[in-house]
Amino acid sequence: MHEFDWSSIPGSLPFLWQGMKVSLEITISAVVFGIVWGTLLALMRLSAIGPLAWLAAGYVNLFRAVPLVMVLLWFFLIVPHLLESLFDLPRGADVRLISAITGFALFEAAYYSEIIRAGIQSVPKGQMAAASALGMTYAQAMRLVVLPQAFRNMVPLLLTQGIILFQDTSLVYVSALADFFGAAYKVGDRDGRLVEMLLFAGAIYFVLCLGASRIVRHYQNKLKTA
Amino acid sequence: MAYNWHWGVFLQPTATGDGATYLDWMIQGLKMTVALSLSAWLIALVIGAVIGVLRTVPGVWLSAIATAYVEFFRNIPLLVQLFLWYFVVPELLPESLGTAFKQTHPVLQQFLASMVCLALFTSARVAEQVRSGINSLPPGQKNAGLALGFTLAQTYRYVMLPMAVRLIVPPLTSEFLNIFKNSAVCSTIGLLELAAQGRQLVDYTAQPYESFIAVTVAYLLINVVVMFGMRWVEGRVRVPGYIGGK
Repeated sequence: MHEFDWSSIPGSLPFLWQGMKVSLEITISAVVFGIVWGTLLALMRLSAIGPLAWLAAGYVNLFRAVPLVMVLLWFFLIVPHLLESLFDLPRGADVRLISAITGFALFEAAYYSEIIRAGIQSVPKGQMAAASALGMTYAQAMRLVVLPQAFRNMVPLLLTQGIILFQDTSLVYVSALADFFGAAYKVGDRDGRLVEMLLFAGAIYFVLCLGASRIVRHYQNKLKTA
Repeated sequence: MAYNWHWGVFLQPTATGDGATYLDWMIQGLKMTVALSLSAWLIALVIGAVIGVLRTVPGVWLSAIATAYVEFFRNIPLLVQLFLWYFVVPELLPESLGTAFKQTHPVLQQFLASMVCLALFTSARVAEQVRSGINSLPPGQKNAGLALGFTLAQTYRYVMLPMAVRLIVPPLTSEFLNIFKNSAVCSTIGLLELAAQGRQLVDYTAQPYESFIAVTVAYLLINVVVMFGMRWVEGRVRVPGYIGGK
Protein backbone atom coordinates (compact mmCIF):
# COMPACT_ATOMS: atom_id res chain seq x y z
CA MET A 1 0.00 0.00 0.00
CA HIS A 2 1.12 3.51 -0.81
CA GLU A 3 2.67 5.66 1.96
CA PHE A 4 1.10 9.10 1.72
CA ASP A 5 3.28 12.17 2.16
CA TRP A 6 1.46 15.45 1.75
CA SER A 7 4.43 17.65 2.65
CA SER A 8 4.94 19.03 -0.89
CA ILE A 9 1.62 20.84 -0.83
CA PRO A 10 2.15 23.72 1.66
CA GLY A 11 5.38 24.93 0.05
CA SER A 12 3.99 24.82 -3.45
CA LEU A 13 0.76 26.69 -2.72
CA PRO A 14 1.97 30.01 -4.25
CA PHE A 15 2.97 28.19 -7.44
CA LEU A 16 -0.36 26.38 -7.54
CA TRP A 17 -2.16 29.69 -7.05
CA GLN A 18 -0.27 31.11 -10.05
CA GLY A 19 -1.57 28.13 -12.01
CA MET A 20 -5.11 28.66 -10.74
CA LYS A 21 -4.91 32.27 -11.91
CA VAL A 22 -3.99 31.06 -15.42
CA SER A 23 -6.94 28.64 -15.36
CA LEU A 24 -9.33 31.38 -14.26
CA GLU A 25 -7.94 33.86 -16.76
CA ILE A 26 -8.53 31.41 -19.62
CA THR A 27 -11.99 30.52 -18.30
CA ILE A 28 -13.21 34.08 -17.86
CA SER A 29 -11.88 35.44 -21.16
CA ALA A 30 -13.17 32.42 -23.06
CA VAL A 31 -16.61 32.74 -21.43
CA VAL A 32 -16.85 36.45 -22.29
CA PHE A 33 -15.60 36.13 -25.88
CA GLY A 34 -17.51 32.88 -26.32
CA ILE A 35 -20.82 34.46 -25.32
CA VAL A 36 -20.28 37.53 -27.53
CA TRP A 37 -19.22 35.50 -30.57
CA GLY A 38 -21.82 32.84 -29.76
CA THR A 39 -24.58 35.46 -29.73
CA LEU A 40 -23.46 36.74 -33.12
CA LEU A 41 -23.38 33.19 -34.47
CA ALA A 42 -26.85 32.49 -33.12
CA LEU A 43 -28.22 35.68 -34.69
CA MET A 44 -26.56 34.81 -37.99
CA ARG A 45 -28.01 31.33 -37.87
CA LEU A 46 -31.52 32.63 -37.23
CA SER A 47 -31.26 35.43 -39.79
CA ALA A 48 -33.17 35.34 -43.04
CA ILE A 49 -30.00 35.89 -45.08
CA GLY A 50 -29.19 32.43 -46.46
CA PRO A 51 -25.40 32.57 -46.77
CA LEU A 52 -25.00 33.99 -43.25
CA ALA A 53 -27.16 31.28 -41.72
CA TRP A 54 -25.37 28.64 -43.73
CA LEU A 55 -21.94 29.93 -42.68
CA ALA A 56 -22.86 30.00 -39.00
CA ALA A 57 -24.33 26.50 -39.15
CA GLY A 58 -21.15 25.24 -40.80
CA TYR A 59 -18.96 26.85 -38.16
CA VAL A 60 -21.00 25.49 -35.26
CA ASN A 61 -21.21 21.97 -36.68
CA LEU A 62 -17.50 21.88 -37.49
CA PHE A 63 -16.40 22.90 -34.00
CA ARG A 64 -18.90 20.60 -32.34
CA ALA A 65 -17.66 17.62 -34.34
CA VAL A 66 -13.97 18.01 -33.48
CA PRO A 67 -12.46 17.11 -30.09
CA LEU A 68 -11.28 20.04 -27.98
CA VAL A 69 -7.83 18.44 -27.79
CA MET A 70 -7.58 18.63 -31.58
CA VAL A 71 -8.66 22.28 -31.61
CA LEU A 72 -6.07 23.11 -28.96
CA LEU A 73 -3.35 21.26 -30.88
CA TRP A 74 -4.26 23.28 -33.97
CA PHE A 75 -3.92 26.45 -31.96
CA PHE A 76 -0.65 25.45 -30.30
CA LEU A 77 1.19 23.80 -33.18
CA ILE A 78 -0.18 25.27 -36.38
CA VAL A 79 -1.77 28.68 -35.85
CA PRO A 80 1.29 30.34 -34.19
CA HIS A 81 3.47 29.40 -37.19
CA LEU A 82 0.80 30.67 -39.53
CA LEU A 83 0.65 33.99 -37.67
CA GLU A 84 4.43 34.27 -37.55
CA SER A 85 4.72 33.88 -41.28
CA LEU A 86 1.72 36.11 -42.00
CA PHE A 87 2.57 39.03 -39.72
CA ASP A 88 6.33 38.66 -39.54
CA LEU A 89 6.30 38.12 -35.76
CA PRO A 90 9.56 37.29 -33.99
CA ARG A 91 10.07 33.53 -34.00
CA GLY A 92 9.24 31.64 -30.83
CA ALA A 93 7.40 34.50 -29.10
CA ASP A 94 5.39 32.92 -26.27
CA VAL A 95 1.90 32.97 -27.66
CA ARG A 96 0.68 29.94 -25.72
CA LEU A 97 -1.65 31.81 -23.38
CA ILE A 98 -3.12 33.87 -26.21
CA SER A 99 -3.44 30.75 -28.36
CA ALA A 100 -5.15 28.91 -25.54
CA ILE A 101 -7.63 31.72 -24.93
CA THR A 102 -8.37 32.09 -28.65
CA GLY A 103 -8.78 28.36 -29.13
CA PHE A 104 -11.13 28.01 -26.16
CA ALA A 105 -13.14 31.10 -27.13
CA LEU A 106 -13.66 29.96 -30.73
CA PHE A 107 -14.47 26.41 -29.62
CA GLU A 108 -16.85 27.36 -26.82
CA ALA A 109 -18.61 29.95 -28.99
CA ALA A 110 -20.04 27.03 -31.00
CA TYR A 111 -21.56 25.54 -27.83
CA TYR A 112 -22.71 28.91 -26.51
CA SER A 113 -24.36 29.72 -29.82
CA GLU A 114 -26.51 26.58 -29.57
CA ILE A 115 -27.60 27.53 -26.04
CA ILE A 116 -28.35 31.09 -27.12
CA ARG A 117 -30.19 29.99 -30.25
CA ALA A 118 -32.46 27.76 -28.15
CA GLY A 119 -32.94 30.67 -25.73
CA ILE A 120 -33.98 33.05 -28.50
CA GLN A 121 -36.34 30.47 -29.97
CA SER A 122 -37.98 29.96 -26.58
CA VAL A 123 -39.17 33.57 -26.50
CA PRO A 124 -42.84 33.60 -27.64
CA LYS A 125 -43.34 34.75 -31.24
CA GLY A 126 -45.82 37.41 -30.12
CA GLN A 127 -42.99 39.38 -28.55
CA MET A 128 -41.33 39.91 -31.90
CA ALA A 129 -44.66 40.65 -33.54
CA ALA A 130 -45.59 43.18 -30.86
CA ALA A 131 -42.24 44.94 -31.19
CA SER A 132 -42.67 45.16 -34.97
CA ALA A 133 -46.20 46.46 -34.50
CA LEU A 134 -44.77 49.21 -32.29
CA GLY A 135 -42.61 50.28 -35.20
CA MET A 136 -39.29 48.77 -34.08
CA THR A 137 -36.86 47.51 -36.70
CA TYR A 138 -35.70 43.86 -36.56
CA ALA A 139 -32.44 44.93 -34.90
CA GLN A 140 -34.21 47.05 -32.29
CA ALA A 141 -36.72 44.32 -31.52
CA MET A 142 -33.90 41.77 -31.10
CA ARG A 143 -31.77 44.04 -28.92
CA LEU A 144 -34.46 45.61 -26.76
CA VAL A 145 -37.16 42.95 -26.54
CA VAL A 146 -36.10 39.42 -27.49
CA LEU A 147 -32.48 39.15 -26.34
CA PRO A 148 -33.03 40.53 -22.79
CA GLN A 149 -35.76 37.95 -22.17
CA ALA A 150 -33.77 35.17 -23.80
CA PHE A 151 -30.66 35.87 -21.73
CA ARG A 152 -32.60 35.97 -18.49
CA ASN A 153 -33.75 32.40 -19.08
CA MET A 154 -30.37 31.26 -20.32
CA VAL A 155 -28.20 32.42 -17.42
CA PRO A 156 -28.15 29.05 -15.61
CA LEU A 157 -27.23 27.16 -18.78
CA LEU A 158 -24.54 29.69 -19.68
CA LEU A 159 -23.05 29.41 -16.20
CA THR A 160 -23.14 25.61 -16.30
CA GLN A 161 -21.31 25.74 -19.61
CA GLY A 162 -18.79 28.03 -17.87
CA ILE A 163 -18.18 25.35 -15.22
CA ILE A 164 -17.61 22.77 -17.95
CA LEU A 165 -15.23 25.21 -19.62
CA PHE A 166 -13.32 25.63 -16.36
CA GLN A 167 -12.89 21.86 -16.16
CA ASP A 168 -11.80 21.75 -19.79
CA THR A 169 -9.07 24.34 -19.25
CA SER A 170 -7.03 21.52 -17.71
CA LEU A 171 -6.52 20.34 -21.30
CA VAL A 172 -4.00 23.13 -21.92
CA TYR A 173 -1.74 20.44 -20.46
CA VAL A 174 -1.12 19.46 -24.12
CA SER A 175 0.79 22.74 -24.56
CA ALA A 176 2.75 22.46 -21.29
CA LEU A 177 1.19 25.75 -20.21
CA ALA A 178 1.16 25.77 -16.38
CA ASP A 179 -2.49 26.12 -15.46
CA PHE A 180 -3.64 24.77 -12.08
CA PHE A 181 -3.49 21.15 -13.18
CA GLY A 182 -0.21 21.64 -15.03
CA ALA A 183 1.30 23.26 -11.92
CA ALA A 184 0.11 20.42 -9.68
CA TYR A 185 1.52 17.86 -12.10
CA LYS A 186 4.88 19.64 -12.27
CA VAL A 187 5.20 19.79 -8.47
CA GLY A 188 4.23 16.14 -8.13
CA ASP A 189 6.69 15.12 -10.82
CA ARG A 190 9.50 17.17 -9.26
CA ASP A 191 9.01 15.82 -5.73
CA GLY A 192 8.11 12.28 -6.75
CA ARG A 193 4.72 12.85 -5.10
CA LEU A 194 2.50 12.55 -8.16
CA VAL A 195 -0.14 10.49 -6.35
CA GLU A 196 -0.68 13.10 -3.64
CA MET A 197 -0.62 16.08 -6.00
CA LEU A 198 -3.09 14.50 -8.44
CA LEU A 199 -5.46 13.63 -5.60
CA PHE A 200 -5.10 17.17 -4.26
CA ALA A 201 -5.81 18.71 -7.68
CA GLY A 202 -8.83 16.46 -8.15
CA ALA A 203 -10.19 17.43 -4.74
CA ILE A 204 -9.79 21.16 -5.47
CA TYR A 205 -11.56 20.86 -8.83
CA PHE A 206 -14.31 18.80 -7.22
CA VAL A 207 -14.96 21.31 -4.42
CA LEU A 208 -14.90 24.33 -6.76
CA CYS A 209 -17.12 22.81 -9.44
CA LEU A 210 -19.59 21.24 -7.02
CA GLY A 211 -19.86 24.55 -5.14
CA ALA A 212 -20.35 26.53 -8.33
CA SER A 213 -22.98 24.15 -9.70
CA ARG A 214 -24.87 24.27 -6.38
CA ILE A 215 -24.94 28.07 -6.60
CA VAL A 216 -26.21 27.88 -10.18
CA ARG A 217 -28.94 25.42 -9.16
CA HIS A 218 -30.00 27.71 -6.32
CA TYR A 219 -30.22 30.63 -8.73
CA GLN A 220 -32.15 28.48 -11.22
CA ASN A 221 -34.75 27.61 -8.57
CA LYS A 222 -35.13 31.26 -7.67
CA LEU A 223 -35.64 32.08 -11.35
CA LYS A 224 -38.33 29.41 -11.62
CA THR A 225 -40.35 30.70 -8.68
CA ALA A 226 -39.94 34.37 -9.66
CA MET B 1 3.30 32.27 -47.39
CA ALA B 2 5.59 29.61 -48.73
CA TYR B 3 4.35 26.20 -47.78
CA ASN B 4 4.90 23.11 -49.86
CA TRP B 5 1.73 21.09 -49.92
CA HIS B 6 2.51 17.44 -50.27
CA TRP B 7 -0.43 15.13 -49.81
CA GLY B 8 1.51 12.20 -51.22
CA VAL B 9 3.37 12.01 -47.93
CA PHE B 10 0.69 9.67 -46.54
CA LEU B 11 1.68 6.98 -49.00
CA GLN B 12 5.36 7.09 -48.11
CA PRO B 13 6.88 4.45 -45.84
CA THR B 14 7.48 5.76 -42.31
CA ALA B 15 10.92 6.89 -41.17
CA THR B 16 10.98 4.24 -38.43
CA GLY B 17 11.37 1.50 -41.03
CA ASP B 18 8.46 -0.54 -39.66
CA GLY B 19 7.26 -1.18 -43.20
CA ALA B 20 4.06 0.80 -42.72
CA THR B 21 3.05 3.97 -44.51
CA TYR B 22 1.93 7.11 -42.70
CA LEU B 23 -1.58 6.30 -43.84
CA ASP B 24 -1.30 2.98 -41.99
CA TRP B 25 -0.40 4.91 -38.84
CA MET B 26 -3.52 7.00 -39.21
CA ILE B 27 -5.67 3.93 -39.71
CA GLN B 28 -4.13 2.33 -36.61
CA GLY B 29 -5.01 5.48 -34.68
CA LEU B 30 -8.54 5.44 -36.03
CA LYS B 31 -8.96 1.79 -35.03
CA MET B 32 -7.68 2.55 -31.53
CA THR B 33 -10.10 5.47 -31.15
CA VAL B 34 -13.04 3.38 -32.32
CA ALA B 35 -12.14 0.33 -30.20
CA LEU B 36 -11.62 2.48 -27.11
CA SER B 37 -14.80 4.49 -27.56
CA LEU B 38 -17.04 1.53 -28.34
CA SER B 39 -15.83 -0.59 -25.43
CA ALA B 40 -16.11 2.34 -23.03
CA TRP B 41 -19.58 3.12 -24.39
CA LEU B 42 -20.89 -0.39 -23.68
CA ILE B 43 -19.69 -0.24 -20.08
CA ALA B 44 -21.06 3.29 -19.70
CA LEU B 45 -24.51 2.20 -20.90
CA VAL B 46 -24.73 -0.65 -18.40
CA ILE B 47 -23.44 1.31 -15.39
CA GLY B 48 -25.34 4.43 -16.39
CA ALA B 49 -28.62 2.53 -16.63
CA VAL B 50 -28.15 1.04 -13.16
CA ILE B 51 -27.17 4.35 -11.55
CA GLY B 52 -29.93 6.22 -13.37
CA VAL B 53 -32.56 3.75 -12.13
CA LEU B 54 -31.18 3.97 -8.60
CA ARG B 55 -31.62 7.75 -8.66
CA THR B 56 -35.36 7.34 -9.21
CA VAL B 57 -36.22 4.54 -6.77
CA PRO B 58 -37.79 5.30 -3.40
CA GLY B 59 -35.32 4.92 -0.56
CA VAL B 60 -32.97 7.63 0.61
CA TRP B 61 -29.77 5.60 0.77
CA LEU B 62 -29.78 4.18 -2.72
CA SER B 63 -30.52 7.49 -4.38
CA ALA B 64 -27.96 9.29 -2.20
CA ILE B 65 -25.26 6.86 -3.30
CA ALA B 66 -26.29 7.29 -6.94
CA THR B 67 -26.31 11.09 -6.63
CA ALA B 68 -22.85 11.07 -5.05
CA TYR B 69 -21.61 8.88 -7.90
CA VAL B 70 -22.92 11.27 -10.53
CA GLU B 71 -21.62 14.39 -8.78
CA PHE B 72 -18.20 12.82 -8.32
CA PHE B 73 -17.71 12.05 -12.00
CA ARG B 74 -19.26 15.29 -13.23
CA ASN B 75 -17.23 17.70 -11.13
CA ILE B 76 -13.69 16.52 -11.81
CA PRO B 77 -12.14 17.32 -15.19
CA LEU B 78 -11.78 14.35 -17.54
CA LEU B 79 -8.01 14.85 -17.80
CA VAL B 80 -7.63 14.73 -14.00
CA GLN B 81 -9.77 11.59 -13.84
CA LEU B 82 -7.64 9.98 -16.52
CA PHE B 83 -4.43 10.74 -14.63
CA LEU B 84 -6.01 9.44 -11.43
CA TRP B 85 -6.82 6.13 -13.12
CA TYR B 86 -3.47 5.83 -14.82
CA PHE B 87 -1.05 7.10 -12.18
CA VAL B 88 -2.85 6.99 -8.84
CA VAL B 89 -5.20 4.00 -8.75
CA PRO B 90 -2.47 1.40 -9.47
CA GLU B 91 -0.56 2.78 -6.46
CA LEU B 92 -3.57 2.53 -4.17
CA LEU B 93 -4.55 -0.99 -5.17
CA PRO B 94 -3.37 -3.84 -2.97
CA GLU B 95 0.32 -4.50 -3.65
CA SER B 96 -0.17 -7.66 -5.72
CA LEU B 97 -2.87 -6.21 -7.99
CA GLY B 98 -0.97 -2.97 -8.53
CA THR B 99 2.19 -4.83 -9.47
CA ALA B 100 0.27 -7.13 -11.77
CA PHE B 101 -1.16 -4.08 -13.56
CA LYS B 102 2.25 -2.48 -13.93
CA GLN B 103 3.72 -5.67 -15.36
CA THR B 104 1.25 -5.89 -18.24
CA HIS B 105 2.11 -4.47 -21.64
CA PRO B 106 2.29 -0.63 -21.55
CA VAL B 107 -0.27 -0.29 -24.34
CA LEU B 108 -2.66 -2.53 -22.43
CA GLN B 109 -2.16 -0.40 -19.30
CA GLN B 110 -2.93 2.77 -21.24
CA PHE B 111 -5.93 1.20 -22.92
CA LEU B 112 -7.41 -0.18 -19.69
CA ALA B 113 -6.95 3.08 -17.79
CA SER B 114 -8.46 5.04 -20.69
CA MET B 115 -11.38 2.65 -21.07
CA VAL B 116 -12.29 2.64 -17.38
CA CYS B 117 -11.92 6.42 -17.21
CA LEU B 118 -14.07 7.16 -20.27
CA ALA B 119 -16.63 4.53 -19.28
CA LEU B 120 -17.21 5.87 -15.76
CA PHE B 121 -17.05 9.52 -16.86
CA THR B 122 -19.71 8.86 -19.51
CA SER B 123 -21.78 6.58 -17.27
CA ALA B 124 -22.53 9.52 -14.96
CA ARG B 125 -23.91 11.44 -17.94
CA VAL B 126 -25.86 8.44 -19.21
CA ALA B 127 -27.31 8.04 -15.70
CA GLU B 128 -28.63 11.61 -15.84
CA GLN B 129 -30.35 10.91 -19.16
CA VAL B 130 -31.84 7.65 -17.84
CA ARG B 131 -33.12 9.45 -14.78
CA SER B 132 -34.72 12.27 -16.77
CA GLY B 133 -36.22 9.70 -19.16
CA ILE B 134 -37.82 7.80 -16.27
CA ASN B 135 -38.98 11.01 -14.61
CA SER B 136 -40.57 12.21 -17.83
CA LEU B 137 -42.97 9.24 -17.89
CA PRO B 138 -46.49 10.02 -16.71
CA PRO B 139 -46.80 8.90 -13.04
CA GLY B 140 -49.87 6.87 -14.03
CA GLN B 141 -47.64 4.29 -15.72
CA LYS B 142 -45.90 3.35 -12.51
CA ASN B 143 -49.12 3.44 -10.50
CA ALA B 144 -50.90 1.29 -13.06
CA GLY B 145 -48.08 -1.24 -12.96
CA LEU B 146 -48.18 -1.41 -9.17
CA ALA B 147 -51.99 -1.57 -9.14
CA LEU B 148 -51.86 -4.60 -11.45
CA GLY B 149 -49.84 -6.38 -8.78
CA PHE B 150 -46.38 -5.99 -10.27
CA THR B 151 -43.59 -5.58 -7.76
CA LEU B 152 -41.56 -2.37 -8.09
CA ALA B 153 -38.80 -4.28 -9.87
CA GLN B 154 -41.32 -5.76 -12.31
CA THR B 155 -42.85 -2.34 -12.94
CA TYR B 156 -39.43 -1.01 -13.88
CA ARG B 157 -38.60 -4.06 -15.97
CA TYR B 158 -41.86 -4.39 -17.92
CA VAL B 159 -43.49 -0.95 -17.87
CA MET B 160 -41.17 1.98 -17.25
CA LEU B 161 -37.79 1.01 -18.66
CA PRO B 162 -39.02 -0.15 -22.08
CA MET B 163 -40.61 3.29 -22.54
CA ALA B 164 -37.80 5.31 -20.97
CA VAL B 165 -35.12 3.62 -23.05
CA ARG B 166 -36.90 4.58 -26.26
CA LEU B 167 -37.39 8.17 -25.12
CA ILE B 168 -33.74 8.78 -24.29
CA VAL B 169 -32.22 7.62 -27.57
CA PRO B 170 -31.90 11.19 -29.00
CA PRO B 171 -30.07 12.65 -25.98
CA LEU B 172 -27.87 9.56 -25.82
CA THR B 173 -26.78 10.23 -29.40
CA SER B 174 -24.93 13.32 -28.28
CA GLU B 175 -23.28 11.41 -25.41
CA PHE B 176 -22.23 8.76 -27.91
CA LEU B 177 -20.63 11.47 -30.08
CA ASN B 178 -18.97 12.93 -27.00
CA ILE B 179 -17.25 9.70 -26.07
CA PHE B 180 -15.41 9.66 -29.42
CA LYS B 181 -14.35 13.26 -28.94
CA ASN B 182 -13.38 12.71 -25.32
CA SER B 183 -11.22 9.75 -26.28
CA ALA B 184 -8.77 12.27 -27.76
CA VAL B 185 -7.86 13.21 -24.18
CA CYS B 186 -6.30 9.75 -23.80
CA SER B 187 -3.45 10.84 -26.08
CA THR B 188 -2.04 12.62 -23.00
CA ILE B 189 -1.06 9.35 -21.32
CA GLY B 190 0.60 8.16 -24.51
CA LEU B 191 -2.15 6.00 -25.98
CA LEU B 192 -1.63 6.11 -29.75
CA GLU B 193 -5.16 6.94 -30.82
CA LEU B 194 -6.12 9.29 -33.62
CA ALA B 195 -5.07 12.63 -32.08
CA ALA B 196 -1.75 11.19 -30.86
CA GLN B 197 -1.06 9.75 -34.30
CA GLY B 198 -1.72 13.22 -35.71
CA ARG B 199 0.95 14.70 -33.47
CA GLN B 200 3.33 11.92 -34.38
CA LEU B 201 2.68 12.53 -38.08
CA VAL B 202 3.63 16.19 -37.62
CA ASP B 203 6.90 15.18 -35.99
CA TYR B 204 7.82 12.56 -38.59
CA THR B 205 6.57 14.08 -41.83
CA ALA B 206 7.19 17.80 -41.16
CA GLN B 207 3.91 18.34 -43.03
CA PRO B 208 1.80 19.76 -40.18
CA TYR B 209 -1.12 21.03 -42.27
CA GLU B 210 -1.73 17.77 -44.14
CA SER B 211 -1.44 15.72 -40.94
CA PHE B 212 -3.83 17.83 -38.91
CA ILE B 213 -6.33 18.26 -41.72
CA ALA B 214 -6.39 14.50 -42.26
CA VAL B 215 -6.96 13.79 -38.55
CA THR B 216 -9.64 16.47 -38.28
CA VAL B 217 -11.43 15.03 -41.31
CA ALA B 218 -11.23 11.56 -39.72
CA TYR B 219 -13.04 12.91 -36.63
CA LEU B 220 -15.66 14.53 -38.85
CA LEU B 221 -16.17 11.18 -40.59
CA ILE B 222 -16.66 9.40 -37.26
CA ASN B 223 -19.19 12.08 -36.39
CA VAL B 224 -21.13 11.67 -39.61
CA VAL B 225 -21.19 7.87 -39.36
CA VAL B 226 -22.39 7.93 -35.75
CA MET B 227 -25.02 10.54 -36.55
CA PHE B 228 -26.48 8.59 -39.44
CA GLY B 229 -26.35 5.36 -37.45
CA MET B 230 -28.14 6.90 -34.51
CA ARG B 231 -30.71 8.58 -36.74
CA TRP B 232 -31.56 5.13 -38.07
CA VAL B 233 -31.88 3.79 -34.51
CA GLU B 234 -34.00 6.81 -33.52
CA GLY B 235 -36.32 6.13 -36.43
CA ARG B 236 -36.73 2.50 -35.35
CA VAL B 237 -37.54 3.19 -31.71
CA ARG B 238 -39.65 6.37 -31.93
CA VAL B 239 -42.69 6.24 -29.68
CA PRO B 240 -45.95 7.12 -31.48
CA GLY B 241 -47.79 10.00 -29.88
CA TYR B 242 -44.69 11.76 -28.55
CA ILE B 243 -43.12 14.85 -30.14
CA GLY B 244 -40.88 13.46 -32.85
CA GLY B 245 -42.87 10.25 -32.75
CA LYS B 246 -44.69 8.70 -35.69
